[in-house]
Parts: sequence; C-alpha cells; structure tokens
Amino acid sequence: MKTRFTPTLKGCFAALLLASAGSASAATTLNALFMTQAAYSENDIRAMTQEFEKAHPDVQVNLEFVPYEALHDKIVAARGAGGNGYDVVLFDAIWPAEFTRFDLLQDVSSRITPEEKSQIFPGAMNTVVFKGKTLGMPWILDTKYLYYNKAMLEKAGITTLPETWQQVMDDARTIKQKNIVKYPLVWSWSQAEALVCDYTTLVSGFGGKFYQNGKLDFSSPASLQAVKLMKSSLDEGLSNPASREYLEEDVRKSFSNGDAAFALNWTYMYNMANDPKQSKVAGQVGIMPAPGDAPGKVGAVNGSMGLGIAKGSSHPEQAWDYISYMTSQPVQNKYATLSLPIWKSSYQDPAVLKNQESLIAAADKSLNVMLSRPETADYSRLSNTLQQQLQQVLLGSVTPESAMQTVDKSAARLH
Amino acid sequence: MLSLRQREQRQAWVLLAPMLLVMLLLTAWPLLRTIWLSFTDAALIGSGEAPGWVGLENYLYAITDADFQSSLWRTLYFTVVSVAIEGVIGVLVALLLNQKFVGRNMLRVLVILPWALPTIVNAMMWRLNFNPDYGSINALLTQLGIIDGYRSWLGSPDSALNAVMLADIWKNYPLVTLLVLAALQSIPDDLYEAARLDGASAWRRFHAITFPAIVGPLSVALVLRTIDAFKIFDIIYVMTRGGPVDSTKTLSFYVYQESFSYLRAGSGAAYAMLMTLLCAVLITIYMLLLWRQRRRGSADEG
Repeated sequence: MKTRFTPTLKGCFAALLLASAGSASAATTLNALFMTQAAYSENDIRAMTQEFEKAHPDVQVNLEFVPYEALHDKIVAARGAGGNGYDVVLFDAIWPAEFTRFDLLQDVSSRITPEEKSQIFPGAMNTVVFKGKTLGMPWILDTKYLYYNKAMLEKAGITTLPETWQQVMDDARTIKQKNIVKYPLVWSWSQAEALVCDYTTLVSGFGGKFYQNGKLDFSSPASLQAVKLMKSSLDEGLSNPASREYLEEDVRKSFSNGDAAFALNWTYMYNMANDPKQSKVAGQVGIMPAPGDAPGKVGAVNGSMGLGIAKGSSHPEQAWDYISYMTSQPVQNKYATLSLPIWKSSYQDPAVLKNQESLIAAADKSLNVMLSRPETADYSRLSNTLQQQLQQVLLGSVTPESAMQTVDKSAARLH
Repeated sequence: MLSLRQREQRQAWVLLAPMLLVMLLLTAWPLLRTIWLSFTDAALIGSGEAPGWVGLENYLYAITDADFQSSLWRTLYFTVVSVAIEGVIGVLVALLLNQKFVGRNMLRVLVILPWALPTIVNAMMWRLNFNPDYGSINALLTQLGIIDGYRSWLGSPDSALNAVMLADIWKNYPLVTLLVLAALQSIPDDLYEAARLDGASAWRRFHAITFPAIVGPLSVALVLRTIDAFKIFDIIYVMTRGGPVDSTKTLSFYVYQESFSYLRAGSGAAYAMLMTLLCAVLITIYMLLLWRQRRRGSADEG
C-alpha cells in the first residue's frame, strides 16, 4: 500500500518539527520544591511561575509541592541525586545551621548587592544568613500575632486594647467572669515546633534572648517569665487546656468558631478568620503585635522562609533568575494578601495596604523585633527537648526552673 | 541420567533464580548495610568524610538510655494490651457473625470496613473523635454521665497512649475476626448436632469442637498482630507525633526521630536492629507456643 501525506498532515508534521526545535532551545529545566500550605497557595505559585516562564522562554520550571512536615526530609534526601535533584528549594528559618554543616545549599552572598540588602527587612534577611554565609533570598516573611475578637471585648466592656501580657490576662479574666467564653485564650502547644514558636514569641516580648555570652541559655528571667505565664494561664482556666494538643490549624478553627477571645497565630489566619465562608467571627477579627511586659514592648518570633539554590544544581544562574523573580518587589506586592512582602518600601504602596491596614500596622511593629530560634545544627534535638520540658511544665509535673535547667544541660552537650 | 523428579527440581530452581536474586538484593543487602551502619557514627547525609567505626557504642547507649527504655516499655504495653483485646473482641465478634440471623452479611461487611480503611484515614478520624471541643467520644461520655466535662484525651499523658490504642484496636480486631470466622465456617454442623445429642453443654461444645478448630488461625492472627503492633508508627505519627511529653513515643517513633529528625543514621540503625531482635524474640515465643499446641493436639488424637 502506498502512503500518502495529505497537506494537513504535512502541516502538522512541520509544526511538530518546529515545536521540537523550540523545546531544544529551551534547554534549561529547573526543578523547584515548595510546600502546599500557608502563605502563598499552590495556584499562586503556579501563576507566578508561568509569568516567569513567559519572560524567560528558555527556562522551564517543574514544580513540586509537599506539606511543611515533609519539606526538610525532601531537601535532605535529594542531596544524593546530585545534578538530577532540585535546583530551587524553599527552606525554613531554623534550618540554615544544619544545612551549612551538611553543605546542602549554595552560598549566594555575592549575588545580592548591599543596596538590595538594605531595602529588605533585617529580620527577613536573618532567615537566610548563617555565620556570614547567605544561603538564599527571604521569600515568606512571617511572625505570630495576637488576634482578638472585637465583639467579645466589647461585650466585656473592654474599650482599650491590652498593651502588656498582664493586661491580656486581666482582660481574659474579665471575659471569663462575665461568661462570654469558657476559655478566653487559645494557643498551639502540642508537642511540635508550634509550641516553640509560641514560647519564643513570649520570650521576645519579655526582652529575652537565647544566647548569653555565646552560650545557649534558657534559664534567663525572660524565659522563666514566659514559661510561668503559660502555666498560670492554664491554672487560672484562662487558656484552653486543649491547647496542649493543638497545632496552628486547631487554633484557627477554635478562634474562627468563636471559642476564644484571644489567639496567637501566623499571618495567614487574618484573611481566613475574616472570611465568612470559613469563620463564624468574620468581621470581628482584630490583629495586633503580640505584647511584652511593658507598654510599647512587642514580642515576635522569626517564622520566615527563604528560597535557595541546592548545592547539586547544574543551572545556578537560571535558578537565581527564578529566585530573583519570585522574591522581586512587584511579584510580592501583587500577592501581598497571602504573605507580606520582604521589601520595606512595599508598605507605602496603597495596593499592598488595601483591606489589610490593621495587619500591616501590626506587622510594621512585629517584623522589626523578630527573635530567631537558636541557630544550631542540632536544632531538631534541642527543639524536641524544649517541647518536652515545656509540656511537662504545662502539665504540672515539673517546675519552670527545673525544666529550663534540663534544657540548658541538654543544650550544653550540642555542637 | 537425571530422573524426571530431579529434572523438574532443576527447572524449578532455574525459574526461581532471578526472583531469588532480586529478593537477595532487595532484602539482604539493605539488612547487611544496616548492620554495618549500626556500628558507625554515620550521619544520614554524609559530610564527605567516611563514617567512623564506634563498635558497640550505639547499642550500649540505647540499653542504658532512659528514653529508649521507656519507649521499650511503652511499646510492650501497647503490644500486649492491644493484641490481647483485639484477640478477645475478634473471637467474640466472629462467634456472633457465625450465628444465623437476618442482616448477617451486611454486618460482616461493616465489621471488615475498619480493617479496609487506610491507617492514615483511621488515625485522622480518631483524632476528630477525640477532639477536646467537638469530639464524639466526649459527647458520648458526657451524655452517659460518665465524665462531667469535655476532656483533652490526646493532650494528657495519662490517656493519650490508651486513646491511640483504642484507635488501633478498632482498626485491627477485624483481622482476627476474619481469620477466625473462616475457621468457624469450616466446622461441619453435624459435629455440633452429635455433641448436642450426646448432651454436651455449650461450654463443652466450644471447648471440644470450636476452640481446636480456631486455635491455629487465631494464633496466626495474633502473631501477625503482635509483629505489627510492636512496629506501631503511622497511627502515632498522625494522632500525637509522640506527645504529649513523649507519652506515645514508641520504639519506631524513637528510631524515626533519631534517623530522620536528628539525621543520625548510625545510632538509628542500631536502635532498629535492637527492635528487630526484640521482635524476633516475640515471634520465637509465639512459634514455640504454637508448636507445643500442635503437638498436644496430635497427642490427643493419637
């Protein structure tokens, strides 16, 4: 039988050839690892990436999304893949020390100009810097804020917002006495990193630091004050006892359900708790910086994340182009309702401010004082000991003093 | 010249060889490597240097570590109690389902359902059931007047492990039921008929007819469940992540933390080897019991 090409088939064939020639010139394919929840959504990251690909037709980006809990292990495990692993990875503020020890990310110090650095919040920049090495660009700028239910405060006759933790406790007592809600405060105190973040927020508000003369120190007055406040709020029935098994999402659900007057949580809760589709208290949600022990003092934990280039990447230039684009001011401003920009001047942009004036007013204070959790390569072990000891205090089986001494002892053995 | 039987045997080996080779590569090699790792201080991701040989240090550390010991006791408690309860409930439900009544088939499907659920789904469901604000367990117990207010079951070290065990029992007793039910159905009705005519009581009929028929499958089910319960990990990862205050940290979770959170592959491997040894001891005890049971059974017949 004789084969005959019809004109249309020939046309298709030519188009196919052209297409393959086109993809041959788009030689670079980047593999990028992101997480599924909180801050920017998966769809938004896809949209940003498509915009980038439009501007860089010679680069194609493969995206992979995993839950936060799997992110660390994925980055670590991918190291064996060498050039076939990830080019761009999202990493948390608590990992740079460990990642430096195992040499997982490329040093990008020379790629960021001093001028650029000066335009970024110092707290955000800290996220990606370890011992003078810059491991990437900050991308998600985040800290914990104190959320409050306006209607409940009003009902309790509270007209001014609390300026210190002592006042928060007093207000909570009033709300409880007036039977407005059973447990006015809710926290994420499950045996997890969330507990350390809440504790760090308190320590920061009380003016504490984790290092004393270069050594880790958890027995400082600020640290003990933080632990005692956590414990006494439970003893008085001001904090929901279920906080001891809660993660951030449980806090959001409890607060959105109208079961709490105050809650400590990340930025992402602001827009969700104000969304009538998923919250019974939409429109009643207020946000302020977590307070400290004196009026005007603010507490905050550095919960930011950065984008870095994996050590094994064979396309560091293109990877950096991609990171620069994703962290650029125009892109961050466009998606500012999901995650606040790392750029100081973004906060003068009316488009960024729109509908989230109170979030940005709170961020303006909090982002300048963010306390970083200890920077040590053995952070996971330290964090675990800390979680365990804090929970023992919260359950009343040890005193704050002896618990924190145990953490100190354990910290002294770390590298 | 080879006999037909010998030729068949040779052919069988030739056909099996590729499979055996793959099995050897997939099982023996990782096992040997784990044993080797357990004597070193290897990190999960190397820093470029070869791991150092530390001899028995990892093992000695585990044996003297209070954390390891408490994880071990916790695991044993979990294994013994949940497997025992699964055994009793499993047999009782199987006996019930072996009766003739309307809706029996429907009930059989329902009983198997928890076992067919993925563990993660089961664990998420029980997390909701135990929820301190709107969990069904709290609602039930409060309405029955057993407790006076909602409690945080997974947030208290006294109840967290038992709560996880309840979830595990709910999911796994159907395995026992399935195997025992199959055995029950193989008993001919005539046997019971004859026993009844001879005036044997219900207990006597259970002891003389039912029990000998189900003891084999029941033992198999219990051995399987023991091995599984001893390795318990996924349900804990989802429900409590080892908390509160490590009260649900079992051996598997301990090994996982050491290897993947702290990146210590060497000591992680040593703890995993210790777990394997303990598991082997448990299995050996079961096998001995089973073997004695069989011998006594055949002695009775003889």
